[in-house]
Amino acid sequence: MATAPAHPETAALEGRLLPPGRERGVRAAARRNPLLVVGAVLCLAIAVAAVLAPLIAPFPADAGDATHPLETLDTPSSAHPFGTDQVGRDVLSRVLYGARISPVIALLVLAISCAIGIPLGIAAGYFGGVVDEVIMRVTDVFLAFPALLLALAFAAVMQPSVTNTVIAIAVTWWPWYTRIVRGQAASVAGRPFVESARAMGIPHRRILLRHVLPNSITPVIVQVSLDVGGVILTASALSFLGLGAQDPTPDWGLMVSQGQQFFTTHWWLVTFPGAAILFTAAAFNLLGDGLRDVLDPRRVLTR
Amino acid sequence: MTRFLVRRLALAAFVVLGVVVLTFVVARVVPGDPAVTWAGPRARPEQIEAAREQLGLDRPVPVQIARYLGGVASGDWGLSLRTRRPVIDDIARRAPASIELVTVAMVLAIAAGIPLGLVAARWRGRAPDLLSRVSAVIGVSMPSFWLAIVLQLIFFQWLNVLPVAGSYDPGLDYTSPLRSVTNAPIADALLTGNWPVLWSALSHIVLPAVVIAAYPAGVLTRMVRASVLDTIGEDHVRMVRALGFTERSVFARFALRHAWSPVVALLALVFAYALVNTFLVEAIFNRPGLGSYAADAIAALDTPAIVGVTLFVALVYVVGNLVVDVVQAMIDPRIRVA
Repeated sequence: MATAPAHPETAALEGRLLPPGRERGVRAAARRNPLLVVGAVLCLAIAVAAVLAPLIAPFPADAGDATHPLETLDTPSSAHPFGTDQVGRDVLSRVLYGARISPVIALLVLAISCAIGIPLGIAAGYFGGVVDEVIMRVTDVFLAFPALLLALAFAAVMQPSVTNTVIAIAVTWWPWYTRIVRGQAASVAGRPFVESARAMGIPHRRILLRHVLPNSITPVIVQVSLDVGGVILTASALSFLGLGAQDPTPDWGLMVSQGQQFFTTHWWLVTFPGAAILFTAAAFNLLGDGLRDVLDPRRVLTR
Repeated sequence: MTRFLVRRLALAAFVVLGVVVLTFVVARVVPGDPAVTWAGPRARPEQIEAAREQLGLDRPVPVQIARYLGGVASGDWGLSLRTRRPVIDDIARRAPASIELVTVAMVLAIAAGIPLGLVAARWRGRAPDLLSRVSAVIGVSMPSFWLAIVLQLIFFQWLNVLPVAGSYDPGLDYTSPLRSVTNAPIADALLTGNWPVLWSALSHIVLPAVVIAAYPAGVLTRMVRASVLDTIGEDHVRMVRALGFTERSVFARFALRHAWSPVVALLALVFAYALVNTFLVEAIFNRPGLGSYAADAIAALDTPAIVGVTLFVALVYVVGNLVVDVVQAMIDPRIRVA
């Protein structure tokens, strides 16, 4: 197959007969889907802010434990466009450095959740029977748990820190992926090409990795991109409650929480970090929404 | 149908059992000894020992779980270490106000989300679609604790038009005291005909309800849009269109009827999510309810109360899902097979 002779005529035909597949579909869908483009640009901007924070932040030291007793709670000005906080740190610098925290937490949580959820889902869908029953009932139990509540309980039990925030959220997040992958894997497992692979005596491990996994992964990719915003919200809710990152970490949720006691007189302390959470979550949600429209074959086919 | 019901009920019971065991395991790794908390800061060792025996902590963990499960079934959810009252009484006192808040929020979310989703689907790819999709994205991206603070700033601090703390004006306790029937202020005021409190409670619930409604409204908008678009891609709707029905009647008479099922399925999930969201919102708006009870319990490491609230929310979720599944199976026989 790989060494089929390159024939000019067939090559030209292939070009024309190419099914409405990835490349063409993605580009066309991006044109039809301006929100996807907006989301991608915003996400890119956040990534740039995170990477270049030391260069673009006006007072990089303020992201740490610097204090400026003479400049506490200054109103926004040209020197401090977002004002200064209760110990005189530049809020703009801290908001920019915050881009290094929430999105990274989200990516770690989703990576761990996929690492737990996808193998379990594949196993349940492919093997069926008792394996399926056991895995899915455990998953049901975790799904019935209110995610924020379990994360709260976990975070309360452990020392509050970024690492423990990641663990607490990941514990409640993986069952969704198990459920999604299981449905896909179960339908793939029944298809003729998998059955014939099994009949040929190919070991399960190889079938799972080469056939079942690639054919059931797309919905998870879509769901992961839709979930980034949700994880960012959950993580910042935890740090708002004091159960996540601790001072002087420039975490947005923590900054809102610290600014809450001053908010009636110093609105900028709460407003800017919170707006950064909204902005970031919205950027990833737009990207995820757009990706779903592009990658979900059902949606593409409806028109 | 009977087989489906039996299997579905057994599944629900299993999930509740699993939730209790799991919560217990989480509660057991809590640092600090519940017996010490219970006996108080100046307790002598023998008093702590007595507390341990009284709370049943001297038994092995599986026995504790079994005893707890037996208690749960008979209405004994243990004693709160903090309030020293039965957990079930605390929950019965605090939950109705939260359920009322979430119900109001869900009504707002439905009133906003369903029309927005329909508009988006009807004019797909055009300005109304873009607008409602952007508002849905903002809804699901909104940090509720931040929205709560910002709304307080705008409507209380700057405009001074809406109250931001409590369930109703506490001054009314002297002029027209509220008699508790259900422990939910609006329902109580309605039932006892207490109009001043009703008006005050309604104005107090607006902002917290809007905060809680933001996320469900966004989710509903997306779901309604996707579901309607799925339906109008189906053959029977295409045929109706080919027969020359107007776009309006294609939507109103054929597409919408089949689009509701996934939306209904979503409601139970969203309700449970919103109930947990009261944890943040009730604390910020200083409203007594299940959320503020849970927040206090977590702060005080009051394990029986934490386990109790978790169990309660999980029960709401499981029962909600059960009702939704059964209703859907009654409507759509295809589901019963699965």
